[in-house]
Amino acid sequence: MKASLGPLLYCWPKEKVMEFYKSVADSSIPLVYLGETICSRRRELKFSDYMEIANMLRESGKEVVISTLALLEAPSEYSELKKQVANGEFIIEANDMGAVQAAKEKGLPFICGPTVNNYNLASLKKLHAWGMQRFVMPVELSKNWLNTVLSVEKPGFEVEVFGHGYLPLALSARCFTARHQGLAKDKCQTICLSNPKGLLAQTQESQPLLRLNGIQTQSAACIDLSPEIGEMAKMGVDYFRVSPSGMQCISLAEQLFEADVSGRVANTEDRCNGYWYQEAGFNNLS
Amino acid sequence: MELLCPAGNLASLKTALNAGADAVYLGLKDDTNARSFAGLNFTPKKLREAVQFTKKQGKKIFLTINTFPKPGEEKRWYEAVDIAANTGIDALIVADLSLLDYAHSRYPHLPLHLSVQASATNLGALQLYKEEFNIERAVLPRVLSMKQVRDLAKVTPVDLEVFAFGSLCIMAEGRCHLSSYVTGQSPNTGGSCSPAKHVRWQEEGQDRLTRLNEVLIDKSGIDEQMGYPVVCKGRYITEGDNAPSHLLESPTSLNTLSLLPELAKANVVSLKIEGRQRSPAYVEQVTKVWRNAIDTYLRDPQNYQTQAEWDRALSKVSEGQTTTLGAYERTWQ
Repeated sequence: MKASLGPLLYCWPKEKVMEFYKSVADSSIPLVYLGETICSRRRELKFSDYMEIANMLRESGKEVVISTLALLEAPSEYSELKKQVANGEFIIEANDMGAVQAAKEKGLPFICGPTVNNYNLASLKKLHAWGMQRFVMPVELSKNWLNTVLSVEKPGFEVEVFGHGYLPLALSARCFTARHQGLAKDKCQTICLSNPKGLLAQTQESQPLLRLNGIQTQSAACIDLSPEIGEMAKMGVDYFRVSPSGMQCISLAEQLFEADVSGRVANTEDRCNGYWYQEAGFNNLS
Repeated sequence: MELLCPAGNLASLKTALNAGADAVYLGLKDDTNARSFAGLNFTPKKLREAVQFTKKQGKKIFLTINTFPKPGEEKRWYEAVDIAANTGIDALIVADLSLLDYAHSRYPHLPLHLSVQASATNLGALQLYKEEFNIERAVLPRVLSMKQVRDLAKVTPVDLEVFAFGSLCIMAEGRCHLSSYVTGQSPNTGGSCSPAKHVRWQEEGQDRLTRLNEVLIDKSGIDEQMGYPVVCKGRYITEGDNAPSHLLESPTSLNTLSLLPELAKANVVSLKIEGRQRSPAYVEQVTKVWRNAIDTYLRDPQNYQTQAEWDRALSKVSEGQTTTLGAYERTWQ
């Protein structure tokens, strides 16, 4: 079992993104996902920029995957997606069935991201037959679910678990960030740039609950399944995904598989792991 | 244009058909359906009665099997497909790949509609389901603008069904984990959104506190009109804000009466009324208004206008007594 770095879900300025991936290139992380998965209005980086980063990462020995948009609405978004799929060099992470079709049509292999509804082995096998090489377990599923799926037979595809980071919970047409700033979505001024870790939403009892990231809703709490790594490895999980929210995620992903695990969970922010135990996602069980 | 109405039970089904529905949709009384509220839905025996009644009226009846089978329990979902196929249902509404595959290979003549839970919003997704499982129709999630619906309708390989009226789900359906994040139950795997057993109202002075699995999702005045409590329609506080607000959406219902001509011109084949969990009175009220509106449009498309009395009647059964065009209208987004 190895670490992977999920696609950056936030909108950061181009320089910061470049700096981030330069550090990733210098790290020991073997698998890196890359690309805009949330909103096509985020144009800090173009397709060519992502390809440049992808090449840089590959040259430093990484396996690179181009992640695609999770909610495809306009015809232009589907055209852009087809361009990404046909990049000629890198495998894609399909975050929508439209992307699965685009890859399947071209006879190209693909990875299924966590927003594709994979809830049973028969569906996974279908996708595998269409070219799926690996899937990221939907975030609301559990250890028991995975055990049941993996216990039947060793599947021909790899398994990745969203193990650390803010959980992607929902997608809407509405941009919550723009709306919160009193801006129209079509004139949003890329206001997401001002929330590099999303915008925290608390209940009226000051309980952190959600994180608004453009059209995406995330968990306020950070999922942390790092104490489960040993168990996951035994189950046959291939990759443990760290979803980046800052530079520190790079060293965190590197440390996950070091022998000395003390201090692995260093910061004190809200943690959750409920989904892994088939409970409410925000629960934190020790 | 078909008027498709919800039937949580036999009483609602009869009411809907008598009030002018062209077709009804319903689910089995178990977790094969994403509206598994207690006291609702159909046993196989009731389903047979429903089919007979609907057929006698010359109308159509669709069964939703719109949850995703759990590993090790797939048999129950396959049995639900078998029941549907052997009961004379007009179409099956399905989301899961394995179920589409099962239904398509075993019962190739049983029409398949792609459930909104499959979250298909683009040409690629529709092509995939058409090529692989020969779906006839897809239900679009409530995330597309009217222009996007129009654009998709021009190129789609299958018929399109859209939500016309009812509780506004603001997320891409089938891909929303807000309910399971707070309650542990997922609509995708057979729960329902915001299960009633997790909802608790608490009065404190002039305030009513709404809790979902003990999380305070809203605080309102005792007399304030509230919708059914769901996470996305709660009031929260962000960093830097002093007052709580509906950061995602306020309690409101979708009402597309004013879009009827545009939906018709885009060749949308079916208008879906949301609300299998609602009462027969709701179903009757909404069906009557929509029957009237569609007939008015078809009689004289050029001069169609929403009538104030229709809107008034629908407002009464709407969440928070307000309605919106939701994502169909770009400014909402």
